[in-house]
Amino acid sequence: MWNSLKTMWIIFLHMFRRRETIQYPDEKPFIPPRWRGRIILSRDPDGEERCVACYLCAAACPVDCIALQATEDEHGRRYPSFFRINFSRCIFCGFCEEACPTDAIQLTPDFEMGEYDRKNLVYEKEDLLIDGTGKYPDYNFYRVAGLAIKGKNKGDAENETPPVDLHSLLP
Amino acid sequence: MSELARNWSNVIGILIVVFGFAALLSWIERRLLGVWQDRYGPNRVGPFGVLQIVADAIKLLTKEDWIPPFADKAVFVLAPAVIAVTTLLAFAVVPIAPGIGVVDLNIGLLFFLAMSSLGVYSIVLGGWASNNKYSLLGGFRAAAQMLSYEVFMGLSLMGVVMLAGSFNLRDIVHAQENLWFCIPQILGLATFTVAGIAEARRLPFDLPEAENELVAGFHTEYSGMKFGLFFIGEYVGIILVSAMMVTLFFGGWLGPLLPPLMWFLLKTSVVIGFFILLRASLPRPRYDQLMAYGWKVMLPLTLVNLLVTGAIVLALES
Repeated sequence: MWNSLKTMWIIFLHMFRRRETIQYPDEKPFIPPRWRGRIILSRDPDGEERCVACYLCAAACPVDCIALQATEDEHGRRYPSFFRINFSRCIFCGFCEEACPTDAIQLTPDFEMGEYDRKNLVYEKEDLLIDGTGKYPDYNFYRVAGLAIKGKNKGDAENETPPVDLHSLLP
Repeated sequence: MSELARNWSNVIGILIVVFGFAALLSWIERRLLGVWQDRYGPNRVGPFGVLQIVADAIKLLTKEDWIPPFADKAVFVLAPAVIAVTTLLAFAVVPIAPGIGVVDLNIGLLFFLAMSSLGVYSIVLGGWASNNKYSLLGGFRAAAQMLSYEVFMGLSLMGVVMLAGSFNLRDIVHAQENLWFCIPQILGLATFTVAGIAEARRLPFDLPEAENELVAGFHTEYSGMKFGLFFIGEYVGIILVSAMMVTLFFGGWLGPLLPPLMWFLLKTSVVIGFFILLRASLPRPRYDQLMAYGWKVMLPLTLVNLLVTGAIVLALES
Protein backbone atom coordinates (compact mmCIF):
# COMPACT_ATOMS: atom_id res chain seq x y z
CA MET A 1 0.00 0.00 0.00
CA TRP A 2 2.72 2.42 1.05
CA ASN A 3 4.75 1.39 -1.99
CA SER A 4 1.87 2.12 -4.31
CA LEU A 5 1.33 5.57 -2.84
CA LYS A 6 5.04 6.33 -3.08
CA THR A 7 5.03 5.19 -6.72
CA MET A 8 2.13 7.48 -7.46
CA TRP A 9 3.86 10.41 -5.81
CA ILE A 10 7.03 9.85 -7.83
CA ILE A 11 5.04 9.60 -11.05
CA PHE A 12 3.19 12.79 -10.10
CA LEU A 13 6.50 14.60 -9.65
CA HIS A 14 7.43 13.69 -13.21
CA MET A 15 5.01 16.46 -14.19
CA PHE A 16 7.77 18.95 -13.46
CA ARG A 17 10.54 17.13 -15.31
CA ARG A 18 11.94 18.14 -18.67
CA ARG A 19 10.07 16.59 -21.63
CA GLU A 20 12.06 13.99 -23.56
CA THR A 21 10.07 14.54 -26.74
CA ILE A 22 11.64 16.32 -29.68
CA GLN A 23 8.73 17.96 -31.51
CA TYR A 24 10.05 16.82 -34.84
CA PRO A 25 8.80 18.90 -37.73
CA ASP A 26 9.20 22.13 -35.73
CA GLU A 27 12.29 21.09 -33.89
CA LYS A 28 14.92 19.13 -35.78
CA PRO A 29 16.71 16.35 -33.93
CA PHE A 30 20.50 16.18 -33.80
CA ILE A 31 21.70 13.66 -36.36
CA PRO A 32 25.30 12.44 -35.97
CA PRO A 33 27.54 13.22 -38.97
CA ARG A 34 28.16 9.53 -39.57
CA TRP A 35 24.44 8.80 -39.79
CA ARG A 36 23.55 6.44 -42.63
CA GLY A 37 20.89 8.33 -44.53
CA ARG A 38 20.30 9.41 -48.14
CA ILE A 39 23.07 8.17 -50.47
CA ILE A 40 24.96 10.63 -52.64
CA LEU A 41 27.71 10.47 -55.26
CA SER A 42 30.48 12.97 -54.59
CA ARG A 43 32.99 14.75 -56.81
CA ASP A 44 36.73 15.03 -56.33
CA PRO A 45 38.36 18.40 -55.45
CA ASP A 46 38.80 19.13 -59.18
CA GLY A 47 35.05 18.89 -59.69
CA GLU A 48 35.14 15.63 -61.62
CA GLU A 49 33.05 12.61 -60.74
CA ARG A 50 34.77 10.34 -58.27
CA CYS A 51 32.91 7.23 -59.33
CA VAL A 52 34.96 4.92 -61.53
CA ALA A 53 32.06 2.52 -62.15
CA CYS A 54 33.82 -0.49 -60.64
CA TYR A 55 30.50 -2.12 -59.64
CA LEU A 56 31.78 -2.92 -56.13
CA CYS A 57 28.91 -1.06 -54.50
CA ALA A 58 26.37 -2.94 -56.59
CA ALA A 59 28.12 -6.21 -55.71
CA ALA A 60 28.23 -5.37 -52.01
CA CYS A 61 24.61 -4.26 -51.85
CA PRO A 62 22.66 -6.95 -49.94
CA VAL A 63 19.34 -5.93 -51.47
CA ASP A 64 20.55 -5.26 -55.00
CA CYS A 65 19.21 -1.74 -55.12
CA ILE A 66 22.14 -0.20 -57.03
CA ALA A 67 22.27 -0.40 -60.82
CA LEU A 68 24.91 1.25 -62.99
CA GLN A 69 26.61 1.00 -66.35
CA ALA A 70 30.33 1.71 -66.82
CA THR A 71 31.67 3.69 -69.71
CA GLU A 72 34.87 5.60 -70.56
CA ASP A 73 35.60 9.05 -71.88
CA GLU A 74 38.08 9.66 -74.71
CA HIS A 75 41.01 9.83 -72.24
CA GLY A 76 40.28 6.47 -70.68
CA ARG A 77 38.64 7.81 -67.52
CA ARG A 78 35.90 5.47 -66.38
CA TYR A 79 32.57 6.82 -65.20
CA PRO A 80 29.01 5.46 -64.94
CA SER A 81 26.78 6.28 -67.90
CA PHE A 82 23.83 5.80 -65.58
CA PHE A 83 23.70 5.23 -61.86
CA ARG A 84 20.43 4.31 -60.26
CA ILE A 85 19.55 3.62 -56.61
CA ASN A 86 16.12 2.28 -55.76
CA PHE A 87 15.51 3.75 -52.31
CA SER A 88 12.34 1.77 -51.84
CA ARG A 89 14.65 -1.24 -51.50
CA CYS A 90 17.66 0.35 -49.87
CA ILE A 91 18.18 -0.65 -46.25
CA PHE A 92 20.81 2.02 -45.54
CA CYS A 93 23.36 -0.55 -44.39
CA GLY A 94 26.28 1.50 -45.70
CA PHE A 95 28.04 -1.48 -47.31
CA CYS A 96 28.27 0.43 -50.60
CA GLU A 97 30.17 3.21 -48.87
CA GLU A 98 32.55 0.69 -47.30
CA ALA A 99 33.07 -1.07 -50.62
CA CYS A 100 33.77 2.08 -52.62
CA PRO A 101 37.50 2.33 -53.46
CA THR A 102 37.29 6.00 -54.46
CA ASP A 103 35.04 7.37 -51.66
CA ALA A 104 32.55 8.34 -54.34
CA ILE A 105 29.39 6.88 -52.82
CA GLN A 106 28.62 8.25 -49.37
CA LEU A 107 25.75 8.16 -46.90
CA THR A 108 24.56 11.46 -45.47
CA PRO A 109 22.58 12.48 -42.37
CA ASP A 110 19.49 13.33 -44.43
CA PHE A 111 16.57 11.01 -43.65
CA GLU A 112 13.61 13.03 -44.91
CA MET A 113 12.95 11.13 -48.09
CA GLY A 114 9.22 10.44 -47.86
CA GLU A 115 7.32 10.24 -51.14
CA TYR A 116 3.69 9.74 -52.05
CA ASP A 117 4.58 7.82 -55.20
CA ARG A 118 6.80 4.78 -55.00
CA LYS A 119 8.37 5.51 -58.36
CA ASN A 120 9.78 8.74 -57.04
CA LEU A 121 12.04 6.74 -54.75
CA VAL A 122 14.16 5.62 -57.69
CA TYR A 123 17.01 8.12 -57.79
CA GLU A 124 18.96 8.62 -61.03
CA LYS A 125 22.52 9.86 -61.33
CA GLU A 126 21.49 13.51 -61.58
CA ASP A 127 19.60 13.13 -58.30
CA LEU A 128 22.52 11.42 -56.60
CA LEU A 129 25.47 13.45 -57.83
CA ILE A 130 26.37 16.44 -55.67
CA ASP A 131 28.76 19.29 -56.42
CA GLY A 132 31.01 18.89 -53.38
CA THR A 133 33.41 16.33 -52.01
CA GLY A 134 31.26 15.07 -49.16
CA LYS A 135 33.01 13.69 -46.12
CA TYR A 136 36.51 13.50 -47.64
CA PRO A 137 37.44 16.97 -48.87
CA ASP A 138 41.03 16.25 -50.05
CA TYR A 139 40.85 12.79 -51.49
CA ASN A 140 41.35 12.59 -55.24
CA PHE A 141 41.63 9.07 -56.59
CA TYR A 142 43.26 9.91 -59.92
CA ARG A 143 45.93 12.03 -58.18
CA VAL A 144 47.18 9.01 -56.24
CA ALA A 145 46.52 6.30 -58.80
CA GLY A 146 49.10 5.35 -61.38
CA LEU A 147 46.72 5.52 -64.29
CA ALA A 148 47.39 8.16 -66.92
CA ILE A 149 44.38 10.29 -67.79
CA LYS A 150 43.73 13.74 -69.14
CA GLY A 151 45.92 16.36 -67.42
CA LYS A 152 48.09 13.78 -65.66
CA ASN A 153 50.65 11.62 -67.35
CA LYS A 154 52.34 8.52 -66.01
CA GLY A 155 54.59 9.49 -63.12
CA ASP A 156 52.80 12.71 -62.25
CA ALA A 157 50.80 11.25 -59.38
CA GLU A 158 51.60 12.00 -55.76
CA ASN A 159 54.43 9.86 -54.33
CA GLU A 160 55.03 8.41 -57.77
CA THR A 161 58.46 8.45 -59.42
CA PRO A 162 58.59 9.08 -63.15
CA PRO A 163 58.72 5.92 -65.25
CA VAL A 164 62.17 4.64 -66.18
CA ASP A 165 62.98 4.30 -69.86
CA LEU A 166 64.37 0.79 -69.93
CA HIS A 167 65.89 1.26 -73.38
CA SER A 168 68.14 4.07 -72.13
CA LEU A 169 69.64 1.69 -69.57
CA LEU A 170 70.96 -0.64 -72.24
CA PRO A 171 74.74 -0.80 -72.53
CA MET B 1 -39.77 28.50 -17.08
CA SER B 2 -42.26 25.67 -16.73
CA GLU B 3 -41.45 22.51 -14.79
CA LEU B 4 -41.43 20.37 -17.94
CA ALA B 5 -39.06 22.67 -19.82
CA ARG B 6 -36.68 22.72 -16.87
CA ASN B 7 -36.68 18.92 -16.67
CA TRP B 8 -35.99 18.59 -20.37
CA SER B 9 -33.22 21.16 -20.37
CA ASN B 10 -31.74 19.32 -17.39
CA VAL B 11 -31.81 15.97 -19.17
CA ILE B 12 -30.47 17.24 -22.50
CA GLY B 13 -27.92 19.49 -20.84
CA ILE B 14 -26.52 16.74 -18.62
CA LEU B 15 -26.45 14.31 -21.53
CA ILE B 16 -24.51 16.74 -23.72
CA VAL B 17 -22.11 17.74 -20.95
CA VAL B 18 -21.44 14.13 -19.96
CA PHE B 19 -20.84 13.02 -23.55
CA GLY B 20 -18.73 16.08 -24.27
CA PHE B 21 -16.71 15.58 -21.13
CA ALA B 22 -16.28 11.85 -21.88
CA ALA B 23 -14.93 12.72 -25.33
CA LEU B 24 -12.72 15.44 -23.91
CA LEU B 25 -11.51 13.00 -21.29
CA SER B 26 -9.95 10.79 -23.96
CA TRP B 27 -7.75 13.77 -24.83
CA ILE B 28 -7.17 14.87 -21.21
CA GLU B 29 -6.14 11.36 -20.30
CA ARG B 30 -3.59 11.12 -23.09
CA ARG B 31 -2.20 14.55 -22.28
CA LEU B 32 -1.94 13.76 -18.57
CA LEU B 33 -0.36 10.36 -19.19
CA GLY B 34 2.11 12.12 -21.45
CA VAL B 35 2.88 14.71 -18.81
CA TRP B 36 3.52 11.99 -16.23
CA GLN B 37 5.74 10.05 -18.60
CA ASP B 38 7.93 13.02 -19.60
CA ARG B 39 6.18 13.37 -22.96
CA TYR B 40 3.72 15.89 -24.37
CA GLY B 41 0.85 13.70 -25.55
CA PRO B 42 -1.35 14.70 -28.49
CA ASN B 43 -0.69 18.42 -29.05
CA ARG B 44 -0.90 18.82 -32.82
CA VAL B 45 -4.57 19.16 -33.77
CA GLY B 46 -5.97 22.53 -32.78
CA PRO B 47 -4.98 24.51 -29.67
CA PHE B 48 -3.10 22.19 -27.28
CA GLY B 49 -4.38 19.27 -29.36
CA VAL B 50 -7.98 19.62 -28.15
CA LEU B 51 -9.33 18.92 -31.63
CA GLN B 52 -7.77 15.46 -31.39
CA ILE B 53 -11.17 14.33 -30.12
CA VAL B 54 -12.76 15.55 -33.37
CA ALA B 55 -10.18 13.65 -35.38
CA ASP B 56 -10.83 10.56 -33.26
CA ALA B 57 -14.58 10.90 -33.69
CA ILE B 58 -14.22 11.17 -37.48
CA LYS B 59 -11.96 8.14 -37.45
CA LEU B 60 -14.37 6.06 -35.35
CA LEU B 61 -17.40 7.05 -37.43
CA THR B 62 -15.80 6.39 -40.81
CA LYS B 63 -14.16 3.08 -39.94
CA GLU B 64 -15.59 -0.13 -41.27
CA ASP B 65 -18.09 -1.43 -38.75
CA TRP B 66 -17.26 -5.08 -39.06
CA ILE B 67 -19.20 -7.94 -37.49
CA PRO B 68 -17.19 -11.15 -37.60
CA PRO B 69 -18.99 -13.95 -39.49
CA PHE B 70 -18.41 -16.32 -36.55
CA ALA B 71 -19.96 -13.95 -34.00
CA ASP B 72 -23.36 -14.20 -32.37
CA LYS B 73 -24.75 -11.25 -34.26
CA ALA B 74 -27.65 -10.10 -32.08
CA VAL B 75 -25.69 -10.22 -28.82
CA PHE B 76 -22.63 -8.76 -30.49
CA VAL B 77 -24.61 -5.68 -31.49
CA LEU B 78 -26.46 -5.44 -28.20
CA ALA B 79 -23.44 -5.64 -25.89
CA PRO B 80 -21.89 -2.19 -26.53
CA ALA B 81 -25.29 -0.55 -26.18
CA VAL B 82 -25.72 -2.03 -22.69
CA ILE B 83 -22.70 -0.34 -21.16
CA ALA B 84 -23.53 3.05 -22.67
CA VAL B 85 -27.15 2.81 -21.51
CA THR B 86 -26.40 1.63 -17.97
CA THR B 87 -23.70 4.20 -17.25
CA LEU B 88 -25.86 7.00 -18.63
CA LEU B 89 -28.89 5.79 -16.66
CA ALA B 90 -26.83 5.75 -13.49
CA PHE B 91 -26.00 9.38 -14.20
CA ALA B 92 -29.65 10.21 -13.83
CA VAL B 93 -29.45 10.05 -10.03
CA VAL B 94 -26.22 12.03 -9.57
CA PRO B 95 -27.07 15.29 -7.76
CA ILE B 96 -24.87 17.76 -9.60
CA ALA B 97 -26.01 20.94 -7.85
CA PRO B 98 -29.21 22.21 -6.24
CA GLY B 99 -31.77 22.18 -9.05
CA ILE B 100 -29.46 20.36 -11.46
CA GLY B 101 -29.99 16.64 -11.77
CA VAL B 102 -32.34 14.39 -13.69
CA VAL B 103 -34.26 12.52 -11.01
CA ASP B 104 -34.28 12.66 -7.24
CA LEU B 105 -34.86 9.03 -6.27
CA ASN B 106 -35.09 8.26 -2.60
CA ILE B 107 -33.14 5.05 -3.29
CA GLY B 108 -30.64 6.84 -5.56
CA LEU B 109 -27.62 5.06 -4.13
CA LEU B 110 -29.18 1.63 -4.72
CA PHE B 111 -30.09 2.66 -8.26
CA PHE B 112 -26.48 3.66 -8.91
CA LEU B 113 -25.19 0.34 -7.55
CA ALA B 114 -27.71 -1.61 -9.62
CA MET B 115 -26.99 0.22 -12.85
CA SER B 116 -23.23 0.17 -12.52
CA SER B 117 -23.38 -3.57 -11.78
CA LEU B 118 -25.48 -4.19 -14.88
CA GLY B 119 -22.64 -2.74 -16.92
CA VAL B 120 -20.65 -5.94 -16.49
CA TYR B 121 -23.21 -7.74 -18.66
CA SER B 122 -22.00 -5.66 -21.55
CA ILE B 123 -18.45 -6.90 -21.08
CA VAL B 124 -19.34 -10.54 -20.53
CA LEU B 125 -21.81 -10.64 -23.42
CA GLY B 126 -19.44 -8.81 -25.72
CA GLY B 127 -16.66 -11.25 -24.86
CA TRP B 128 -18.97 -14.22 -25.32
CA ALA B 129 -20.59 -13.08 -28.57
CA SER B 130 -17.25 -12.30 -30.22
CA ASN B 131 -16.51 -16.03 -30.32
CA ASN B 132 -12.83 -15.30 -29.93
CA LYS B 133 -10.68 -16.84 -27.23
CA TYR B 134 -9.12 -13.56 -26.11
CA SER B 135 -12.51 -11.88 -25.95
CA LEU B 136 -13.86 -14.82 -24.00
CA LEU B 137 -10.95 -14.66 -21.54
CA GLY B 138 -11.65 -10.96 -21.13
CA GLY B 139 -15.31 -11.69 -20.47
CA PHE B 140 -14.40 -14.37 -17.92
CA ARG B 141 -12.15 -11.97 -16.14
CA ALA B 142 -14.87 -9.34 -16.09
CA ALA B 143 -17.16 -11.85 -14.40
CA ALA B 144 -14.47 -12.90 -11.92
CA GLN B 145 -13.64 -9.28 -11.20
CA MET B 146 -17.29 -8.47 -10.66
CA LEU B 147 -17.49 -11.26 -8.07
CA SER B 148 -14.49 -9.76 -6.28
CA TYR B 149 -15.51 -6.12 -6.00
CA GLU B 150 -19.28 -6.03 -6.09
CA VAL B 151 -19.83 -7.23 -2.54
CA PHE B 152 -17.52 -4.86 -0.76
CA MET B 153 -18.50 -2.03 -3.10
CA GLY B 154 -22.05 -2.08 -1.75
CA LEU B 155 -20.88 -2.59 1.82
CA SER B 156 -18.33 0.21 1.67
CA LEU B 157 -21.14 2.71 1.04
CA MET B 158 -23.32 1.54 3.91
CA GLY B 159 -21.31 3.55 6.42
CA VAL B 160 -22.21 6.69 4.48
CA VAL B 161 -25.85 5.64 4.44
CA MET B 162 -25.76 5.10 8.22
CA LEU B 163 -24.29 8.52 8.88
CA ALA B 164 -26.67 10.27 6.51
CA GLY B 165 -29.65 8.11 7.43
CA SER B 166 -30.83 8.05 3.84
CA PHE B 167 -30.32 6.43 0.44
CA ASN B 168 -31.23 9.69 -1.23
CA LEU B 169 -28.09 11.21 -2.71
CA ARG B 170 -29.25 14.79 -2.13
CA ASP B 171 -29.85 14.01 1.55
CA ILE B 172 -26.39 12.45 1.71
CA VAL B 173 -24.85 15.66 0.34
CA HIS B 174 -26.86 17.80 2.77
CA ALA B 175 -25.70 15.56 5.65
CA GLN B 176 -22.09 16.56 4.85
CA GLU B 177 -22.62 20.28 5.47
CA ASN B 178 -20.57 20.19 8.69
CA LEU B 179 -18.07 17.46 7.90
CA TRP B 180 -17.33 15.69 4.63
CA PHE B 181 -17.72 11.93 4.97
CA CYS B 182 -14.17 11.36 3.73
CA ILE B 183 -13.01 11.93 7.34
CA PRO B 184 -15.34 9.72 9.41
CA GLN B 185 -15.59 7.22 6.54
CA ILE B 186 -11.93 7.09 5.55
CA LEU B 187 -12.04 3.28 5.37
CA GLY B 188 -15.21 3.44 3.31
CA LEU B 189 -13.52 5.91 0.97
CA ALA B 190 -10.45 3.70 0.57
CA THR B 191 -12.49 0.59 -0.17
CA PHE B 192 -14.90 2.42 -2.45
CA THR B 193 -11.98 3.84 -4.41
CA VAL B 194 -10.63 0.36 -5.07
CA ALA B 195 -14.10 -0.92 -5.94
CA GLY B 196 -14.77 2.10 -8.12
CA ILE B 197 -11.64 1.58 -10.17
CA ALA B 198 -12.56 -2.06 -10.62
CA GLU B 199 -16.11 -1.03 -11.49
CA ALA B 200 -14.92 1.39 -14.16
CA ARG B 201 -12.51 -1.32 -15.37
CA ARG B 202 -9.60 1.08 -15.27
CA LEU B 203 -5.96 0.35 -14.79
CA PRO B 204 -4.70 -1.15 -12.49
CA PHE B 205 -7.90 -3.26 -12.58
CA ASP B 206 -8.46 -3.34 -16.34
CA LEU B 207 -8.22 -7.13 -16.35
CA PRO B 208 -10.98 -7.66 -18.93
CA GLU B 209 -9.13 -5.46 -21.40
CA ALA B 210 -5.47 -6.16 -20.50
CA GLU B 211 -4.13 -5.17 -23.90
CA ASN B 212 -0.67 -6.54 -23.23
CA GLU B 213 -1.98 -10.06 -22.59
CA LEU B 214 -5.35 -10.33 -24.35
CA VAL B 215 -4.89 -8.15 -27.47
CA ALA B 216 -7.78 -5.90 -26.39
CA GLY B 217 -9.71 -8.30 -24.19
CA PHE B 218 -13.46 -8.26 -24.57
CA HIS B 219 -13.52 -5.73 -27.41
CA THR B 220 -10.88 -7.39 -29.60
CA GLU B 221 -13.41 -8.03 -32.38
CA TYR B 222 -15.13 -4.66 -32.15
CA SER B 223 -14.49 -1.86 -34.58
CA GLY B 224 -16.01 1.43 -35.65
CA MET B 225 -18.74 2.95 -33.55
CA LYS B 226 -19.43 -0.27 -31.60
CA PHE B 227 -15.93 0.02 -30.21
CA GLY B 228 -16.67 3.72 -29.81
CA LEU B 229 -19.58 2.88 -27.53
CA PHE B 230 -17.37 0.73 -25.30
CA PHE B 231 -14.89 3.58 -25.27
CA ILE B 232 -17.52 6.19 -24.38
CA GLY B 233 -18.98 3.77 -21.84
CA GLU B 234 -15.60 3.46 -20.14
CA TYR B 235 -15.09 7.20 -19.93
CA VAL B 236 -18.64 7.89 -18.80
CA GLY B 237 -18.00 5.16 -16.22
CA ILE B 238 -14.95 7.04 -14.92
CA ILE B 239 -16.92 10.27 -14.70
CA LEU B 240 -19.74 8.42 -12.97
CA VAL B 241 -17.54 6.82 -10.32
CA SER B 242 -15.71 10.10 -9.75
CA ALA B 243 -18.98 11.99 -9.44
CA MET B 244 -20.25 9.39 -6.97
CA MET B 245 -17.05 9.61 -4.92
CA VAL B 246 -17.47 13.38 -4.78
CA THR B 247 -21.14 13.08 -3.87
CA LEU B 248 -20.68 10.46 -1.19
CA PHE B 249 -17.37 11.43 0.41
CA PHE B 250 -16.36 14.95 -0.63
CA GLY B 251 -19.51 16.89 -0.01
CA GLY B 252 -20.89 17.01 -3.53
CA TRP B 253 -21.54 20.59 -4.57
CA LEU B 254 -20.81 22.02 -1.10
CA GLY B 255 -18.02 24.54 -0.78
CA PRO B 256 -17.34 28.21 -0.08
CA LEU B 257 -17.25 31.16 -2.52
CA LEU B 258 -17.61 29.39 -5.87
CA PRO B 259 -21.08 28.45 -7.16
CA PRO B 260 -22.17 24.86 -6.36
CA LEU B 261 -21.87 23.68 -9.97
CA MET B 262 -18.25 24.85 -10.13
CA TRP B 263 -17.42 23.04 -6.90
CA PHE B 264 -18.91 19.83 -8.20
CA LEU B 265 -17.04 20.03 -11.50
CA LEU B 266 -13.80 20.96 -9.76
CA LYS B 267 -13.95 18.09 -7.28
CA THR B 268 -14.95 15.59 -9.97
CA SER B 269 -12.07 16.72 -12.18
CA VAL B 270 -9.59 16.25 -9.34
CA VAL B 271 -10.87 12.72 -8.70
CA ILE B 272 -10.68 11.94 -12.43
CA GLY B 273 -7.11 13.23 -12.44
CA PHE B 274 -6.37 10.87 -9.57
CA PHE B 275 -7.81 7.98 -11.61
CA ILE B 276 -5.52 8.85 -14.50
CA LEU B 277 -2.56 9.09 -12.14
CA LEU B 278 -3.39 5.58 -10.94
CA ARG B 279 -3.30 4.42 -14.53
CA ALA B 280 0.05 6.10 -15.09
CA SER B 281 1.73 4.54 -12.08
CA LEU B 282 0.39 1.17 -10.96
CA PRO B 283 0.85 -2.26 -12.56
CA ARG B 284 -2.04 -4.63 -13.10
CA PRO B 285 -2.55 -7.52 -10.61
CA ARG B 286 -3.48 -11.02 -11.72
CA TYR B 287 -7.17 -11.66 -11.36
CA ASP B 288 -6.74 -14.26 -8.65
CA GLN B 289 -4.74 -11.64 -6.76
CA LEU B 290 -7.55 -9.15 -7.19
CA MET B 291 -10.03 -11.76 -6.01
CA ALA B 292 -7.97 -12.70 -2.94
CA TYR B 293 -7.45 -9.02 -2.17
CA GLY B 294 -11.15 -8.30 -2.54
CA TRP B 295 -12.37 -11.12 -0.35
CA LYS B 296 -9.58 -11.37 2.22
CA VAL B 297 -8.66 -7.74 2.77
CA MET B 298 -11.31 -5.42 1.43
CA LEU B 299 -14.41 -7.29 2.59
CA PRO B 300 -13.23 -7.62 6.24
CA LEU B 301 -12.18 -3.96 6.17
CA THR B 302 -15.62 -2.83 5.04
CA LEU B 303 -17.26 -5.05 7.65
CA VAL B 304 -15.09 -3.56 10.39
CA ASN B 305 -15.93 -0.10 9.08
CA LEU B 306 -19.61 -0.98 9.13
CA LEU B 307 -19.47 -2.31 12.72
CA VAL B 308 -17.52 0.66 14.06
CA THR B 309 -19.71 3.20 12.29
CA GLY B 310 -22.84 1.44 13.50
CA ALA B 311 -21.58 1.35 17.06
CA ILE B 312 -20.65 5.03 17.05
CA VAL B 313 -23.97 6.06 15.50
CA LEU B 314 -25.81 4.02 18.14
CA ALA B 315 -23.70 5.45 20.97
CA LEU B 316 -24.31 9.03 19.79
CA GLU B 317 -28.04 8.45 19.53
CA SER B 318 -28.49 7.01 23.00
